[in-house]
Amino acid sequence: MKLINQDTFKAFGRKMEKYWTRVGQGFVNAGNNCIRFVSNPKKFVSDYKQKKREMINDIYVPLTHNPENLLEVNALKMYFPIKQGFFKRTVGYVKAVDGVTFNIKHGTTMGLVGESGCGKTTVGRTILRLYEKTGGEVLFDGQNINKISKKSLRVKRPQLQIVFQDPYSSLSPRLPVGEIIGEAVREHKIVSPDKYDDYITEIMEACGLREYHKDRYPHEFSGGQRQRICIARALALNPKFIVCDEPVSALDVSIQAQIINLLEDLQKKFGLTYLFISHDLSVVEHISDTVAVMYLGGIVEYAPTVKVFKNPKHPYTQALFSAIPVPDPEVKMKRIILEGSIPSPANPPKGCKFHTRCRECMEICKVNVPRNLEIEPGHFVACHLYDEGAIAENKKLVEKNSATETAPE
Amino acid sequence: MLKFIVKRLLISIVILFFVMLIVYTLMHSLPTSYVERMARELATKPGSQKSAAQWLVELNAQYGMDKGVIPGFFVWIGQAIKGNFGDSWYYSIPVVDEFNKVIWNSFYLGVAAFILEIFIAIPLGVVAAKKQYSVTDYSVTVVSLIGISLPTFFVATVLKLIFSVKLGWFEISGMRGRDFASLTEVQQFFDVASHFVMPIITLTVISIGGLMRYTRTNMLEVLNSDYIRTARAKGLPERKVINHHAFRNTLIPLVTIMGGSLPGLFAGALITETLFAIEGIGFASYHAMISGDIPFTMFYLSFMAILTLLGNLIADILYAVVDPRVRIN
Repeated sequence: MKLINQDTFKAFGRKMEKYWTRVGQGFVNAGNNCIRFVSNPKKFVSDYKQKKREMINDIYVPLTHNPENLLEVNALKMYFPIKQGFFKRTVGYVKAVDGVTFNIKHGTTMGLVGESGCGKTTVGRTILRLYEKTGGEVLFDGQNINKISKKSLRVKRPQLQIVFQDPYSSLSPRLPVGEIIGEAVREHKIVSPDKYDDYITEIMEACGLREYHKDRYPHEFSGGQRQRICIARALALNPKFIVCDEPVSALDVSIQAQIINLLEDLQKKFGLTYLFISHDLSVVEHISDTVAVMYLGGIVEYAPTVKVFKNPKHPYTQALFSAIPVPDPEVKMKRIILEGSIPSPANPPKGCKFHTRCRECMEICKVNVPRNLEIEPGHFVACHLYDEGAIAENKKLVEKNSATETAPE
Repeated sequence: MLKFIVKRLLISIVILFFVMLIVYTLMHSLPTSYVERMARELATKPGSQKSAAQWLVELNAQYGMDKGVIPGFFVWIGQAIKGNFGDSWYYSIPVVDEFNKVIWNSFYLGVAAFILEIFIAIPLGVVAAKKQYSVTDYSVTVVSLIGISLPTFFVATVLKLIFSVKLGWFEISGMRGRDFASLTEVQQFFDVASHFVMPIITLTVISIGGLMRYTRTNMLEVLNSDYIRTARAKGLPERKVINHHAFRNTLIPLVTIMGGSLPGLFAGALITETLFAIEGIGFASYHAMISGDIPFTMFYLSFMAILTLLGNLIADILYAVVDPRVRIN
């Protein structure tokens, strides 16, 4: 009788060998780095910075401000470092937002759609500088948000507000509602102290809340009411621009309609500009003037709402919009089912990021990153299908590939 | 709320009864009982006419140890309810008198250490959480872990070496100076205070770590929550975000554990009191216990049990007071 299964034992041995080899390699690398640092510290540091720069690759043409636009976002990048090892060295980045460009005109709403984990929320938060961006630029009213100091940013904050996705966790449980809404009003001296009470009441009533709600705590409210509190809180600061980060996805459908209507009414009343982040296409169609479709940290299609919904160009947009249910039992839906799941943003596919799941994937898609083409005025698509130059190049590539396949015989 | 408190108090009485029963059983069945030792001592005295066994029978009857565990317990509890806790065997004076003599020393020691602990550990925890993974965070963590890990006697000995032997600032142990009797009242107060400095430092050093880590963990949890992001998006100054929003919410768990540890102030600190020769309850109860002094030990442990139950009740009530979401009914 064998006490130890020999195979398991050997497999364990191999595993340990691999592990120790890796540890040894780590020591060798650390030693090499030390030697390099000691021999030439300046070069070591500059090399490190160079390497980091290459990883981030922050190259863009600076924007010129167009006074029509309230918000202009240019090649915005937000990478979250992946840290590993004892010294928490950065070994890579999760490219949550990877070169996003769009602009929003005064008093309009832009919808930002895409599947879960594509970086919609990160875009919203990076625009408001709740995260420090990695690359690109954000102009708000012609002013670069990322270049102003923390102090002047704080003064500017009331103009840029956000309604968070989850109305349950985004309200401090220890503060009464009046304080949640009014705290920052006092801080930024939005109204004079003698008008303060009336002002808060007015804002609350505009959002469908009652005056006697002021002294209650958030846990005493329902989800829809809490979302109203969140909106009232943002609105109280008299903002120009509000990022609505999936404001209705945590609510049930009847409440969703109420909140959407509320947002629309407020937009008319106060001339607000929205960035409306959502994965609910029908809501976006209803509220937005323009729509941007995101996939894996990048915008694949960007156009006025009507154009995107009537005539989607990008294969991803087509697949996404084919999922909208049609309220007619006679109509046979032509759903395009995407295979596989969204790739990891830490290691996105080369070339076009969508090529791994695309129905119309060509050879060139696996190699080149598609340009952002304006196929109709105001309708931008990032896809090789609509790029004649790319199709021509694709032909050459296919010929070359078939040549190399037959040649060695 | 009132109903809740009454219910808890009634449950506490039942728990208390069984705690006392267990303690009495244990004390009664100790292998080296006070009575046995007394009997042997008396038998070896010159001129003793009885043997140890004879003395034992006599003493057992005298001390009420001949009744067996359960009847003995009921005799004790019957007297205790009337407020009569009997005389301490070891100290030979009424239990309550001895207790009164030593408890306040322990209490002052505990209160001073507790206050210091709060005022040092909580700010440290907040700072560490505010700058997570920074040099500050790591140094605070390392220092507090050293505090937790060091045994009390080691800290005490090092303190004695530095402040008594090398610097000569404080006396090495004891509660009063040699010339205590000749001092005025104010001077007497400062004399005792100076003797308490090192024990207080010892107690503080060893207790900071736990509370600091607890504060840090809770603060981190709060700082990562959505409503802190909301507070930042409002454009509040960072100071307000930390103090007004984050710290307020961290207070909920903190107040709860601090409320729960309030009765512990009376518990005494056996090792510290022994090392610095301070006549506190820890020191006194230790001697009573090793000599098998049933009346004193019973009184002390019942007292501790009451305090623990009270501590839990206080913690629950405080929880409802500080957190608007909790309403006990």
